[in-house]
Amino acid sequence: MRNKEKLVEILLTLIGLSSVTVLGLIILFIFKEGLPAFAQVGLWQFVTGTRWSPGKNLLGILPMIAGSFVVTAGALVVGLPLGLGCAIYLSEFATAKTAAILKPTIELLAGIPSVVFGFIGLTLMVPFIRNFFGGPGFSVLASALVLGIMILPTMVSVSYDALRAVPPVYREGMLALGSTDWQAVKMVVLPAARPGILAAAILAMGRAIGETMAVIMVAGNSTIIPTSFLDPVRTLTSNIALEMGYATGLHRQALFATGVVLFVIISILNLTARVVVRGKTR
Amino acid sequence: MSATAPTGSECKVQAINFSFSYAYGETKALHSLNLAIRPGSLLTIMGPTGSGKTTFLRALNRLNDRVAGTGHTGQLLLDGKDVYGQEVDVAELRRRVGMVFALPTPLPLSIYENVAYGPRKKGIRSRAKLDTIVEKALKTAVIFEEVKDRLHSSAQRLSGGQQQRLALARVLAVDPEVILLDEPTSGLDPLSTLRIEETLRQLRSDFTIVLVTHDPLQAARIKSDVAFFYLGELVEIGPATEIFTRPQDRRTEDYITGKFG
Repeated sequence: MRNKEKLVEILLTLIGLSSVTVLGLIILFIFKEGLPAFAQVGLWQFVTGTRWSPGKNLLGILPMIAGSFVVTAGALVVGLPLGLGCAIYLSEFATAKTAAILKPTIELLAGIPSVVFGFIGLTLMVPFIRNFFGGPGFSVLASALVLGIMILPTMVSVSYDALRAVPPVYREGMLALGSTDWQAVKMVVLPAARPGILAAAILAMGRAIGETMAVIMVAGNSTIIPTSFLDPVRTLTSNIALEMGYATGLHRQALFATGVVLFVIISILNLTARVVVRGKTR
Repeated sequence: MSATAPTGSECKVQAINFSFSYAYGETKALHSLNLAIRPGSLLTIMGPTGSGKTTFLRALNRLNDRVAGTGHTGQLLLDGKDVYGQEVDVAELRRRVGMVFALPTPLPLSIYENVAYGPRKKGIRSRAKLDTIVEKALKTAVIFEEVKDRLHSSAQRLSGGQQQRLALARVLAVDPEVILLDEPTSGLDPLSTLRIEETLRQLRSDFTIVLVTHDPLQAARIKSDVAFFYLGELVEIGPATEIFTRPQDRRTEDYITGKFG
Protein backbone atom coordinates (compact mmCIF):
# COMPACT_ATOMS: atom_id res chain seq x y z
CA MET A 1 0.00 0.00 0.00
CA ARG A 2 2.68 2.40 1.11
CA ASN A 3 4.84 1.51 -1.86
CA LYS A 4 1.99 1.94 -4.29
CA GLU A 5 1.32 5.42 -2.90
CA LYS A 6 4.96 6.31 -3.40
CA LEU A 7 4.94 4.95 -6.93
CA VAL A 8 1.91 6.99 -7.94
CA GLU A 9 3.49 10.08 -6.46
CA ILE A 10 6.69 9.59 -8.44
CA LEU A 11 4.74 8.85 -11.60
CA LEU A 12 2.63 11.99 -11.28
CA THR A 13 5.72 14.08 -10.56
CA LEU A 14 7.31 12.77 -13.72
CA ILE A 15 4.20 13.52 -15.76
CA GLY A 16 4.07 16.99 -14.23
CA LEU A 17 7.68 17.63 -15.08
CA SER A 18 7.37 16.29 -18.61
CA SER A 19 5.46 19.33 -19.87
CA VAL A 20 8.11 21.62 -18.44
CA THR A 21 10.79 19.43 -19.99
CA VAL A 22 9.15 19.67 -23.39
CA LEU A 23 9.07 23.45 -23.08
CA GLY A 24 12.73 23.42 -22.10
CA LEU A 25 13.66 21.26 -25.08
CA ILE A 26 11.75 23.51 -27.49
CA ILE A 27 13.53 26.58 -26.18
CA LEU A 28 16.87 24.79 -26.35
CA PHE A 29 16.18 23.70 -29.91
CA ILE A 30 15.14 27.03 -31.38
CA PHE A 31 18.00 28.80 -29.66
CA LYS A 32 20.50 26.21 -30.88
CA GLU A 33 19.22 26.47 -34.45
CA GLY A 34 18.78 30.24 -34.39
CA LEU A 35 21.84 31.52 -32.57
CA PRO A 36 24.29 30.92 -35.46
CA ALA A 37 22.26 33.41 -37.53
CA PHE A 38 22.68 36.04 -34.84
CA ALA A 39 26.38 35.35 -34.82
CA GLN A 40 26.68 35.67 -38.56
CA VAL A 41 24.33 38.60 -39.27
CA GLY A 42 24.84 40.35 -35.95
CA LEU A 43 22.03 40.65 -33.42
CA TRP A 44 21.51 44.35 -33.89
CA GLN A 45 21.67 44.08 -37.65
CA PHE A 46 19.14 41.24 -37.55
CA VAL A 47 16.46 42.97 -35.48
CA THR A 48 16.84 46.46 -36.93
CA GLY A 49 17.55 45.59 -40.56
CA THR A 50 14.71 46.70 -42.82
CA ARG A 51 15.47 44.46 -45.82
CA TRP A 52 14.54 40.79 -45.85
CA SER A 53 15.95 39.20 -48.95
CA PRO A 54 17.43 35.79 -48.15
CA GLY A 55 18.67 35.30 -51.72
CA LYS A 56 20.99 38.29 -51.32
CA ASN A 57 21.80 37.40 -47.71
CA LEU A 58 19.94 40.50 -46.51
CA LEU A 59 18.38 39.31 -43.28
CA GLY A 60 16.65 42.11 -41.36
CA ILE A 61 13.36 41.37 -39.63
CA LEU A 62 12.30 44.85 -38.49
CA PRO A 63 9.37 44.86 -40.98
CA MET A 64 8.07 41.65 -39.44
CA ILE A 65 8.53 42.87 -35.88
CA ALA A 66 6.64 46.03 -36.81
CA GLY A 67 4.05 43.91 -38.61
CA SER A 68 3.42 41.68 -35.61
CA PHE A 69 3.06 44.67 -33.31
CA VAL A 70 0.75 46.62 -35.56
CA VAL A 71 -1.48 43.64 -36.38
CA THR A 72 -1.72 42.60 -32.72
CA ALA A 73 -2.50 46.15 -31.63
CA GLY A 74 -5.16 46.39 -34.32
CA ALA A 75 -6.68 43.08 -33.24
CA LEU A 76 -6.85 44.32 -29.65
CA VAL A 77 -8.49 47.58 -30.75
CA VAL A 78 -11.17 45.51 -32.48
CA GLY A 79 -11.47 42.62 -30.03
CA LEU A 80 -11.09 44.15 -26.56
CA PRO A 81 -14.05 46.55 -26.57
CA LEU A 82 -16.24 44.03 -28.36
CA GLY A 83 -15.25 41.19 -26.03
CA LEU A 84 -15.52 43.23 -22.86
CA GLY A 85 -18.84 44.69 -23.90
CA CYS A 86 -20.13 41.23 -24.63
CA ALA A 87 -18.89 39.93 -21.26
CA ILE A 88 -20.52 42.83 -19.42
CA TYR A 89 -23.79 42.19 -21.21
CA LEU A 90 -23.71 38.46 -20.45
CA SER A 91 -22.75 38.87 -16.83
CA GLU A 92 -24.72 41.95 -15.81
CA PHE A 93 -27.68 42.47 -18.10
CA ALA A 94 -28.64 39.27 -19.89
CA THR A 95 -31.18 36.97 -18.25
CA ALA A 96 -29.85 33.60 -17.14
CA LYS A 97 -31.54 31.99 -20.12
CA THR A 98 -30.03 34.34 -22.71
CA ALA A 99 -26.59 33.95 -21.16
CA ALA A 100 -26.93 30.18 -21.19
CA ILE A 101 -27.46 30.29 -24.95
CA LEU A 102 -25.05 33.09 -25.88
CA LYS A 103 -22.01 32.09 -23.90
CA PRO A 104 -21.53 28.59 -25.38
CA THR A 105 -22.19 30.10 -28.81
CA ILE A 106 -19.37 32.58 -28.40
CA GLU A 107 -17.11 29.85 -27.04
CA LEU A 108 -17.87 27.86 -30.16
CA LEU A 109 -15.96 30.54 -32.08
CA ALA A 110 -12.80 29.17 -30.45
CA GLY A 111 -13.44 25.81 -32.05
CA ILE A 112 -13.48 27.11 -35.62
CA PRO A 113 -10.14 26.29 -37.30
CA SER A 114 -8.07 29.36 -38.04
CA VAL A 115 -7.87 28.50 -41.71
CA VAL A 116 -11.63 28.98 -41.88
CA PHE A 117 -11.30 32.43 -40.38
CA GLY A 118 -8.61 33.15 -42.94
CA PHE A 119 -10.81 31.88 -45.73
CA ILE A 120 -13.71 34.10 -44.71
CA GLY A 121 -11.33 37.04 -44.43
CA LEU A 122 -9.92 36.26 -47.86
CA THR A 123 -13.24 35.93 -49.64
CA LEU A 124 -15.22 38.64 -47.82
CA MET A 125 -13.05 41.20 -46.07
CA VAL A 126 -10.18 41.50 -48.51
CA PRO A 127 -12.41 42.34 -51.53
CA PHE A 128 -14.55 44.60 -49.34
CA ILE A 129 -11.52 46.59 -48.17
CA ARG A 130 -10.13 46.75 -51.73
CA ASN A 131 -13.40 48.08 -53.09
CA PHE A 132 -14.32 50.53 -50.38
CA PHE A 133 -11.01 51.77 -49.00
CA GLY A 134 -8.60 51.07 -51.87
CA GLY A 135 -5.21 49.38 -51.78
CA PRO A 136 -4.70 45.70 -52.41
CA GLY A 137 -7.18 44.62 -49.75
CA PHE A 138 -4.58 42.29 -48.23
CA SER A 139 -3.73 44.58 -45.36
CA VAL A 140 -3.14 45.40 -41.72
CA LEU A 141 -6.84 46.22 -41.51
CA ALA A 142 -7.96 42.83 -42.81
CA SER A 143 -5.60 41.02 -40.43
CA ALA A 144 -6.72 43.12 -37.47
CA LEU A 145 -10.38 42.44 -38.20
CA VAL A 146 -9.92 38.69 -38.59
CA LEU A 147 -7.74 38.46 -35.48
CA GLY A 148 -10.06 40.73 -33.54
CA ILE A 149 -12.86 38.23 -34.06
CA MET A 150 -10.61 35.28 -33.31
CA ILE A 151 -9.67 36.63 -29.89
CA LEU A 152 -13.30 37.24 -28.90
CA PRO A 153 -13.95 33.88 -27.21
CA THR A 154 -10.85 34.25 -25.01
CA MET A 155 -11.69 37.84 -24.18
CA VAL A 156 -15.35 37.12 -23.47
CA SER A 157 -15.03 34.00 -21.36
CA VAL A 158 -12.10 35.11 -19.22
CA SER A 159 -13.51 38.56 -18.49
CA TYR A 160 -16.99 37.05 -17.97
CA ASP A 161 -15.54 34.82 -15.26
CA ALA A 162 -13.83 37.82 -13.71
CA LEU A 163 -17.07 39.79 -13.64
CA ARG A 164 -19.01 36.85 -12.21
CA ALA A 165 -16.42 36.51 -9.46
CA VAL A 166 -17.29 39.97 -8.12
CA PRO A 167 -19.47 39.33 -5.05
CA PRO A 168 -23.14 40.24 -5.71
CA VAL A 169 -23.15 42.39 -2.60
CA TYR A 170 -20.90 44.88 -4.43
CA ARG A 171 -23.62 45.50 -6.99
CA GLU A 172 -26.36 45.46 -4.39
CA GLY A 173 -24.58 48.04 -2.27
CA MET A 174 -24.81 50.42 -5.22
CA LEU A 175 -28.35 49.50 -6.19
CA ALA A 176 -29.46 49.97 -2.59
CA LEU A 177 -28.28 53.58 -2.90
CA GLY A 178 -30.61 54.07 -5.85
CA SER A 179 -28.05 53.52 -8.61
CA THR A 180 -28.91 52.04 -11.96
CA ASP A 181 -27.39 48.75 -13.09
CA TRP A 182 -24.93 50.51 -15.38
CA GLN A 183 -23.78 52.88 -12.65
CA ALA A 184 -23.13 49.89 -10.39
CA VAL A 185 -21.14 48.19 -13.13
CA LYS A 186 -19.10 51.27 -13.90
CA MET A 187 -18.40 52.31 -10.32
CA VAL A 188 -17.87 49.00 -8.57
CA VAL A 189 -17.99 45.88 -10.70
CA LEU A 190 -15.49 46.88 -13.39
CA PRO A 191 -12.89 48.22 -10.94
CA ALA A 192 -13.23 45.07 -8.84
CA ALA A 193 -12.87 42.81 -11.89
CA ARG A 194 -9.97 44.76 -13.39
CA PRO A 195 -7.22 42.18 -12.70
CA GLY A 196 -9.26 39.46 -14.38
CA ILE A 197 -10.09 41.66 -17.34
CA LEU A 198 -6.41 42.47 -17.71
CA ALA A 199 -5.62 38.78 -17.66
CA ALA A 200 -8.21 38.30 -20.41
CA ALA A 201 -6.53 40.99 -22.48
CA ILE A 202 -3.13 39.33 -22.01
CA LEU A 203 -4.39 35.94 -23.13
CA ALA A 204 -6.13 37.56 -26.09
CA MET A 205 -2.93 39.36 -27.00
CA GLY A 206 -0.97 36.11 -26.83
CA ARG A 207 -3.49 34.50 -29.14
CA ALA A 208 -3.30 37.39 -31.60
CA ILE A 209 0.48 37.61 -31.76
CA GLY A 210 0.86 33.85 -32.19
CA GLU A 211 -1.81 33.31 -34.85
CA THR A 212 -0.29 32.38 -38.18
CA MET A 213 -2.57 30.75 -40.72
CA ALA A 214 -5.45 33.21 -40.77
CA VAL A 215 -3.01 36.11 -40.96
CA ILE A 216 -1.04 34.65 -43.85
CA MET A 217 -4.24 34.40 -45.86
CA VAL A 218 -5.30 38.04 -45.50
CA ALA A 219 -2.16 40.04 -44.70
CA GLY A 220 -0.48 40.17 -48.12
CA ASN A 221 2.85 39.20 -46.54
CA SER A 222 5.13 41.70 -48.25
CA THR A 223 8.30 42.41 -46.29
CA ILE A 224 7.97 46.15 -45.96
CA ILE A 225 7.15 48.21 -42.89
CA PRO A 226 3.48 49.18 -43.30
CA THR A 227 2.78 52.90 -43.30
CA SER A 228 -1.00 52.71 -43.53
CA PHE A 229 -3.77 50.38 -42.42
CA LEU A 230 -4.33 49.47 -46.03
CA ASP A 231 -0.73 48.34 -46.64
CA PRO A 232 0.08 44.65 -46.80
CA VAL A 233 2.05 43.33 -43.87
CA ARG A 234 4.03 40.28 -42.79
CA THR A 235 4.20 39.08 -39.20
CA LEU A 236 6.99 37.15 -37.46
CA THR A 237 4.96 33.96 -37.40
CA SER A 238 4.02 34.28 -41.07
CA ASN A 239 7.66 34.80 -41.97
CA ILE A 240 8.58 31.46 -40.47
CA ALA A 241 5.60 29.57 -41.84
CA LEU A 242 5.94 30.94 -45.37
CA GLU A 243 9.62 30.18 -45.91
CA MET A 244 10.49 27.26 -43.66
CA GLY A 245 9.45 24.78 -46.35
CA TYR A 246 12.34 25.57 -48.69
CA ALA A 247 14.90 27.42 -46.57
CA THR A 248 18.41 26.03 -46.13
CA GLY A 249 21.64 27.11 -44.50
CA LEU A 250 21.82 30.65 -43.17
CA HIS A 251 18.29 31.38 -44.38
CA ARG A 252 16.96 28.47 -42.33
CA GLN A 253 18.92 29.59 -39.28
CA ALA A 254 17.55 33.11 -39.73
CA LEU A 255 14.01 31.73 -39.59
CA PHE A 256 14.79 29.99 -36.32
CA ALA A 257 16.28 33.28 -35.14
CA THR A 258 12.95 34.91 -36.04
CA GLY A 259 11.38 32.34 -33.73
CA VAL A 260 13.82 33.30 -30.98
CA VAL A 261 12.88 36.97 -31.36
CA LEU A 262 9.17 36.10 -31.27
CA PHE A 263 9.72 33.97 -28.18
CA VAL A 264 11.56 36.79 -26.41
CA ILE A 265 8.90 39.35 -27.35
CA ILE A 266 6.06 37.15 -26.11
CA SER A 267 7.93 36.40 -22.88
CA ILE A 268 8.52 40.09 -22.23
CA LEU A 269 4.88 40.95 -22.94
CA ASN A 270 3.66 38.14 -20.70
CA LEU A 271 5.99 39.07 -17.91
CA THR A 272 5.08 42.76 -18.00
CA ALA A 273 1.41 41.91 -18.09
CA ARG A 274 1.78 39.54 -15.14
CA VAL A 275 3.55 42.20 -13.13
CA VAL A 276 0.82 44.69 -14.01
CA VAL A 277 -1.94 42.28 -12.99
CA ARG A 278 -0.23 41.39 -9.74
CA GLY A 279 0.28 45.07 -9.03
CA LYS A 280 -3.43 45.71 -9.46
CA THR A 281 -4.48 42.74 -7.35
CA ARG A 282 -2.07 43.27 -4.47
CA MET B 1 -48.37 42.87 21.16
CA SER B 2 -49.94 46.30 21.54
CA ALA B 3 -46.63 48.15 21.40
CA THR B 4 -45.93 47.05 17.85
CA ALA B 5 -49.35 46.64 16.41
CA PRO B 6 -50.28 50.13 15.30
CA THR B 7 -52.99 50.40 12.73
CA GLY B 8 -53.70 52.31 9.54
CA SER B 9 -51.93 55.59 8.97
CA GLU B 10 -49.50 55.44 11.87
CA CYS B 11 -47.47 52.65 10.27
CA LYS B 12 -44.28 53.39 8.38
CA VAL B 13 -44.02 49.85 7.11
CA GLN B 14 -46.82 47.34 7.07
CA ALA B 15 -47.05 43.82 5.68
CA ILE B 16 -50.53 42.48 5.04
CA ASN B 17 -50.74 38.76 4.29
CA PHE B 18 -47.43 39.18 2.53
CA SER B 19 -45.97 35.98 1.07
CA PHE B 20 -42.83 35.68 -0.96
CA SER B 21 -41.44 32.82 -3.02
CA TYR B 22 -38.32 31.98 -5.01
CA ALA B 23 -37.68 29.64 -7.94
CA TYR B 24 -41.04 30.25 -9.62
CA GLY B 25 -43.00 29.33 -6.54
CA GLU B 26 -40.94 26.24 -5.67
CA THR B 27 -39.46 27.74 -2.51
CA LYS B 28 -41.75 29.64 -0.18
CA ALA B 29 -39.70 32.07 1.89
CA LEU B 30 -42.43 34.03 3.68
CA HIS B 31 -45.92 32.83 4.59
CA SER B 32 -48.74 35.37 4.99
CA LEU B 33 -46.70 37.80 7.00
CA ASN B 34 -48.59 40.40 9.01
CA LEU B 35 -46.40 43.00 10.61
CA ALA B 36 -46.42 46.72 11.32
CA ILE B 37 -43.58 49.06 12.11
CA ARG B 38 -44.12 52.53 13.55
CA PRO B 39 -42.22 55.54 12.27
CA GLY B 40 -39.26 56.41 14.49
CA SER B 41 -38.88 52.93 15.90
CA LEU B 42 -36.34 50.16 15.72
CA LEU B 43 -37.40 46.62 15.02
CA THR B 44 -34.91 43.80 15.43
CA ILE B 45 -35.79 40.70 13.46
CA MET B 46 -34.07 37.58 14.72
CA GLY B 47 -34.24 34.07 13.46
CA PRO B 48 -32.11 31.17 12.24
CA THR B 49 -30.91 30.75 8.65
CA GLY B 50 -33.82 30.23 6.28
CA SER B 51 -36.31 32.01 8.50
CA GLY B 52 -37.15 34.57 5.82
CA LYS B 53 -35.79 37.57 7.69
CA THR B 54 -33.42 38.65 4.93
CA THR B 55 -36.10 38.01 2.30
CA PHE B 56 -38.34 40.43 4.15
CA LEU B 57 -35.63 43.13 4.14
CA ARG B 58 -34.82 42.64 0.49
CA ALA B 59 -38.49 42.82 -0.42
CA LEU B 60 -38.74 46.20 1.32
CA ASN B 61 -36.23 47.84 -1.02
CA ARG B 62 -37.01 45.42 -3.85
CA LEU B 63 -33.47 44.10 -4.16
CA ASN B 64 -35.17 40.74 -4.65
CA ASP B 65 -36.26 41.97 -8.07
CA ARG B 66 -32.82 41.01 -9.32
CA VAL B 67 -33.40 37.34 -8.67
CA ALA B 68 -35.22 35.57 -11.49
CA GLY B 69 -38.37 33.67 -10.60
CA THR B 70 -39.44 35.50 -7.47
CA GLY B 71 -43.08 36.15 -6.74
CA HIS B 72 -45.24 37.62 -4.00
CA THR B 73 -48.84 37.86 -2.86
CA GLY B 74 -50.42 40.20 -0.38
CA GLN B 75 -49.23 43.71 0.29
CA LEU B 76 -46.09 45.34 1.58
CA LEU B 77 -46.77 48.97 2.36
CA LEU B 78 -44.46 51.92 2.87
CA ASP B 79 -46.41 54.93 4.11
CA GLY B 80 -49.57 53.11 3.07
CA LYS B 81 -48.43 52.57 -0.53
CA ASP B 82 -47.51 49.16 -1.90
CA VAL B 83 -43.78 49.02 -2.70
CA TYR B 84 -44.67 46.61 -5.50
CA GLY B 85 -47.17 49.10 -6.95
CA GLN B 86 -47.13 49.86 -10.68
CA GLU B 87 -46.12 53.51 -10.32
CA VAL B 88 -43.20 52.88 -7.94
CA ASP B 89 -39.80 54.12 -9.15
CA VAL B 90 -37.45 51.47 -7.77
CA ALA B 91 -34.37 53.74 -7.65
CA GLU B 92 -36.41 56.33 -5.75
CA LEU B 93 -37.73 53.64 -3.39
CA ARG B 94 -34.17 52.53 -2.66
CA ARG B 95 -33.16 56.07 -1.83
CA ARG B 96 -36.03 56.22 0.66
CA VAL B 97 -35.19 52.78 2.04
CA GLY B 98 -31.44 52.57 2.64
CA MET B 99 -29.64 49.32 3.31
CA VAL B 100 -26.47 48.26 5.09
CA PHE B 101 -25.13 44.80 4.24
CA ALA B 102 -23.29 42.14 6.19
CA LEU B 103 -20.19 42.71 4.10
CA PRO B 104 -19.16 46.36 3.95
CA THR B 105 -18.42 47.33 0.37
CA PRO B 106 -16.85 50.76 0.10
CA LEU B 107 -16.66 52.10 -3.44
CA PRO B 108 -13.11 52.29 -4.82
CA LEU B 109 -13.10 56.00 -4.01
CA SER B 110 -12.05 58.26 -1.17
CA ILE B 111 -13.96 58.30 2.12
CA TYR B 112 -15.47 61.66 1.19
CA GLU B 113 -16.56 60.52 -2.27
CA ASN B 114 -18.11 57.36 -0.85
CA VAL B 115 -20.47 59.41 1.28
CA ALA B 116 -20.99 62.12 -1.34
CA TYR B 117 -21.91 59.58 -4.02
CA GLY B 118 -25.58 59.25 -3.05
CA PRO B 119 -26.25 62.99 -2.67
CA ARG B 120 -24.50 63.63 -6.00
CA LYS B 121 -26.83 61.09 -7.61
CA LYS B 122 -29.73 63.09 -6.24
CA GLY B 123 -28.39 66.11 -8.11
CA ILE B 124 -26.66 68.02 -5.34
CA ARG B 125 -23.67 69.76 -6.92
CA SER B 126 -22.71 72.57 -4.54
CA ARG B 127 -19.43 71.76 -2.82
CA ALA B 128 -20.40 73.53 0.39
CA LYS B 129 -23.68 71.63 0.57
CA LEU B 130 -21.94 68.31 -0.05
CA ASP B 131 -19.35 69.12 2.62
CA THR B 132 -22.13 69.69 5.12
CA ILE B 133 -23.98 66.52 4.20
CA VAL B 134 -20.84 64.37 4.30
CA GLU B 135 -19.76 65.74 7.68
CA LYS B 136 -23.21 65.32 9.18
CA ALA B 137 -23.55 61.75 7.88
CA LEU B 138 -20.11 60.77 9.16
CA LYS B 139 -20.86 62.32 12.53
CA THR B 140 -24.21 60.55 12.81
CA ALA B 141 -22.56 57.25 11.96
CA VAL B 142 -19.98 58.01 14.69
CA ILE B 143 -16.97 57.73 12.46
CA PHE B 144 -16.17 61.38 11.74
CA GLU B 145 -13.60 61.77 14.53
CA GLU B 146 -11.63 58.78 13.23
CA VAL B 147 -11.47 59.85 9.61
CA LYS B 148 -11.72 63.64 9.59
CA ASP B 149 -8.02 64.06 8.80
CA ARG B 150 -8.03 61.64 5.87
CA LEU B 151 -11.33 62.24 4.16
CA HIS B 152 -9.64 62.12 0.80
CA SER B 153 -7.72 58.90 1.22
CA SER B 154 -9.07 55.56 0.00
CA ALA B 155 -12.03 54.13 1.87
CA GLN B 156 -10.76 50.63 1.24
CA ARG B 157 -7.93 51.12 3.71
CA LEU B 158 -10.32 51.50 6.65
CA SER B 159 -10.80 48.65 9.13
CA GLY B 160 -13.86 46.39 8.87
CA GLY B 161 -15.70 48.18 11.65
CA GLN B 162 -14.91 51.57 10.17
CA GLN B 163 -16.01 50.43 6.72
CA GLN B 164 -19.32 49.30 8.16
CA ARG B 165 -19.90 52.66 9.85
CA LEU B 166 -18.90 54.32 6.58
CA ALA B 167 -21.53 52.18 4.83
CA LEU B 168 -24.05 53.50 7.34
CA ALA B 169 -22.89 57.07 6.70
CA ARG B 170 -23.27 56.47 2.97
CA VAL B 171 -26.87 55.44 3.52
CA LEU B 172 -27.55 58.33 5.91
CA ALA B 173 -26.21 60.85 3.38
CA VAL B 174 -29.08 60.01 1.03
CA ASP B 175 -31.43 61.01 3.87
CA PRO B 176 -33.54 57.84 3.87
CA GLU B 177 -36.75 57.34 5.80
CA VAL B 178 -36.16 53.69 6.54
CA ILE B 179 -32.81 52.02 7.18
CA LEU B 180 -32.46 48.28 6.72
CA LEU B 181 -29.49 46.48 8.23
CA ASP B 182 -28.80 42.90 7.21
CA GLU B 183 -26.62 41.34 9.89
CA PRO B 184 -24.38 44.43 9.84
CA THR B 185 -22.08 43.14 12.58
CA SER B 186 -21.64 39.53 11.48
CA GLY B 187 -18.11 40.20 10.20
CA LEU B 188 -17.02 42.50 12.99
CA ASP B 189 -15.12 42.11 16.25
CA PRO B 190 -17.07 42.54 19.52
CA LEU B 191 -15.87 46.11 20.08
CA SER B 192 -16.91 47.31 16.62
CA THR B 193 -20.20 45.46 17.09
CA LEU B 194 -20.93 47.40 20.27
CA ARG B 195 -20.15 50.68 18.53
CA ILE B 196 -22.57 49.90 15.71
CA GLU B 197 -25.26 48.92 18.20
CA GLU B 198 -24.66 52.13 20.13
CA THR B 199 -24.97 54.12 16.90
CA LEU B 200 -28.26 52.41 16.07
CA ARG B 201 -29.70 53.23 19.49
CA GLN B 202 -28.88 56.89 18.87
CA LEU B 203 -30.44 56.86 15.41
CA ARG B 204 -33.68 55.10 16.28
CA SER B 205 -35.77 58.20 16.98
CA ASP B 206 -34.94 59.92 13.69
CA PHE B 207 -35.49 57.00 11.35
CA THR B 208 -37.41 53.80 11.07
CA ILE B 209 -34.84 51.07 11.45
CA VAL B 210 -35.15 47.38 10.70
CA LEU B 211 -32.23 45.28 11.90
CA VAL B 212 -31.86 41.66 10.96
CA THR B 213 -29.67 39.42 13.10
CA HIS B 214 -29.25 35.73 13.77
CA ASP B 215 -27.91 36.54 17.20
CA PRO B 216 -30.56 36.67 19.97
CA LEU B 217 -28.01 38.31 22.27
CA GLN B 218 -27.75 41.24 19.89
CA ALA B 219 -31.52 41.63 19.91
CA ALA B 220 -31.42 41.56 23.69
CA ARG B 221 -28.65 44.14 23.87
CA ILE B 222 -30.39 46.59 21.59
CA LYS B 223 -33.57 46.42 23.70
CA SER B 224 -35.86 47.39 20.86
CA ASP B 225 -38.99 45.70 19.65
CA VAL B 226 -38.12 42.21 18.58
CA ALA B 227 -39.71 39.95 15.99
CA PHE B 228 -38.88 36.27 15.82
CA PHE B 229 -39.06 34.68 12.37
CA TYR B 230 -38.98 30.95 11.91
CA LEU B 231 -39.31 29.03 8.63
CA GLY B 232 -40.93 31.97 6.88
CA GLU B 233 -43.39 32.75 9.62
CA LEU B 234 -43.59 35.53 12.15
CA VAL B 235 -43.75 33.56 15.39
CA GLU B 236 -43.81 36.38 17.87
CA ILE B 237 -43.33 40.13 18.06
CA GLY B 238 -43.07 42.44 21.04
CA PRO B 239 -40.74 44.55 23.18
CA ALA B 240 -37.41 42.87 23.96
CA THR B 241 -38.21 42.82 27.67
CA GLU B 242 -41.34 40.75 26.98
CA ILE B 243 -39.82 38.43 24.39
CA PHE B 244 -36.77 37.64 26.43
CA THR B 245 -38.45 37.25 29.80
CA ARG B 246 -41.88 35.84 28.91
CA PRO B 247 -41.85 34.35 25.40
CA GLN B 248 -45.36 33.28 24.41
CA ASP B 249 -44.29 30.62 21.96
CA ARG B 250 -42.29 27.51 22.68
CA ARG B 251 -40.17 28.02 19.52
CA THR B 252 -39.16 31.51 20.63
CA GLU B 253 -38.10 30.17 23.96
CA ASP B 254 -36.07 27.41 22.36
CA TYR B 255 -34.35 29.89 20.07
CA ILE B 256 -33.37 32.42 22.71
CA THR B 257 -32.16 29.73 25.03
CA GLY B 258 -29.97 28.38 22.26
CA LYS B 259 -31.73 25.06 21.69
CA PHE B 260 -31.54 25.58 17.93
CA GLY B 261 -30.36 28.11 15.33
